[in-house]
Amino acid sequence: MDPIRDALDKAAPLFEKGGRLEKLYPLYEMHDTILYTPGEVTQTSSHVRDGMDLKRMMFSVVIALIPCILWAMYNTGYQAQFAIASGALPLDNWQSWLLHELGFSFRNTNPILCVIHGSLYYLPVLITTMAAGGLVEVTSASIRGHEVNEGFLVSGMLFPLTLPPTIPLWMVFIGIAFGIIFGKEVFGGTGMNFLNPALVGRAFLFFAYPAYMSGDAPWIAANFSGVDSFTGATLLAQAAVTSGALEAASWWKSFFGLIPGSMGETSTFACLLGAGLLLVTRIGSWRTMLGVVVGTIGMALVLNLAGSATNPLFAVPFYWHFVLGGWAFGMVFMATDPVSSAFTDVGKMYYGIGIGVLCILIRVVNPAYPEGMMLSILFMNMFAPLIDHFIVQANIRRREAGYAT
Amino acid sequence: MLEHYLSLATKAIFVENMALAFFLGMCSFLAVSKKVDTAIGLGGAVIFVLTVTTPLNQFLSTKFLGEGSLAWMGLPDVDLGFLSFLVLIGTIAATVQIVEMALDRYSPGLYNALGVFLPLIAVNCAILGASLFMVERDYSLGEATVFGLGSGIGWALAIAALAAIREKLRYSNMPPALRGLGATFIVVGLMSVGFMAFSGIQL
Repeated sequence: MDPIRDALDKAAPLFEKGGRLEKLYPLYEMHDTILYTPGEVTQTSSHVRDGMDLKRMMFSVVIALIPCILWAMYNTGYQAQFAIASGALPLDNWQSWLLHELGFSFRNTNPILCVIHGSLYYLPVLITTMAAGGLVEVTSASIRGHEVNEGFLVSGMLFPLTLPPTIPLWMVFIGIAFGIIFGKEVFGGTGMNFLNPALVGRAFLFFAYPAYMSGDAPWIAANFSGVDSFTGATLLAQAAVTSGALEAASWWKSFFGLIPGSMGETSTFACLLGAGLLLVTRIGSWRTMLGVVVGTIGMALVLNLAGSATNPLFAVPFYWHFVLGGWAFGMVFMATDPVSSAFTDVGKMYYGIGIGVLCILIRVVNPAYPEGMMLSILFMNMFAPLIDHFIVQANIRRREAGYAT
Repeated sequence: MLEHYLSLATKAIFVENMALAFFLGMCSFLAVSKKVDTAIGLGGAVIFVLTVTTPLNQFLSTKFLGEGSLAWMGLPDVDLGFLSFLVLIGTIAATVQIVEMALDRYSPGLYNALGVFLPLIAVNCAILGASLFMVERDYSLGEATVFGLGSGIGWALAIAALAAIREKLRYSNMPPALRGLGATFIVVGLMSVGFMAFSGIQL
């Protein structure tokens, strides 16, 4: 037999009932079931035969995230290198020290160098997220006696991608811990929550530390003191202030994501690659995504027609909204979260449309927040159960009417 | 003018939501949100009471209670401001009594489901709160009506959403100590984070 299975079997008595590490059984179970398909089957009457269990489903999402993750590493490095090449100073931190000691140039936008530079910012955030989230998850799994499952893995992958590269690690720790505890664990773990845990953590950071998270402070890992021409603000934040900001920028550049922003959210293209996989495997609902697109286009057109003399964002066309901020990332990975979105098919459409409309409204009308995707998804998460309720009631009424005669 | 009313209503529903931005009317908000149908019933009652009492109180406070408001009777020096709480609450209590009798007569099912919380609308802070905000902000009669209606809709929306979430969470495996009110408080807190999406909108 293969050595991994042997090692696991040998360790099993330690963790099973009566073993010394009985309390840590979820930890053992997690490793066992990630590596091998569990042998257990449903015992009671409700019995679905499908290879697509929670683990495979969550793993597909992680695979769909890979383009975004790769892009996060490249673009974070590219933005920093590019900024430094155009006159900014390297940040005074261990990443710069390490790059300097390794003898790398900061002024060169060679892709490999960019990936190395970017991963020095992305990986610590990811590791912190996984460590903090894992700590919370394993602790609560041991106390509550549920399994550690991949729901946490997905939240832990999504969360770092929504953060700016310059975020301090202690904030990452607090954010993901808050998200996992109050977004999920207080309700009993994966599948029992009503809000997306990654979004709860992100929103918590957004409201608790607005100076870091609002998008008008520099989101590039470089020191901009003494540089006027380079603001480092996200394109969305620039568009809110100056009316010509978008005309001067390139749409394609924005589409592929070569713009400053949250680490994994800038590239609409990478998100669409992920969307392709989610749609083919039917994990992400096309109804939700379509709803978001329709809502965004509709609301953007209405605001274009309404117009405004003082607010340049009113005139931003819908195809620009598609490539700015976290729109694509939110639509593909956050809105389609099967737990927190609406359950009914028709409900998913309304839910998606609500997200699209609200996202544009918050972006354009609310001067306090340049980005609306996160908050609009959170808001519609809240109303998803109510939407479902009305859809189900309408269905009941319709069928009652059909049988009445 | 219409635009002004529209923005006032939006503000009352979303930006300054009575339940989730000011945390007013919490007792019935937490207690009657177990089922969506009952919650919507109570929400409807609150909308009605707010829409009636806010303009009524506006009329009373500008024509009888405030300083110099008795000038039309030829008594410009009389200030009945010390009576304002009493009068505002009185109006609300009377309106609630009417709603209660109407519900008892026309919708006994809802009347029974709401139970003691129907008369308790009289002391629902959201309703007195709307009247007090209205006095403080010097709303006109039209503005008071729109503000009352908007506040009511906002509160009803919030309680309906909360009830739907609680119906969904009934199947969750929550820690035993949190079941019931504890989890509801957490849910309300998370909901108010969601409603913060609108804070900062200037209308």
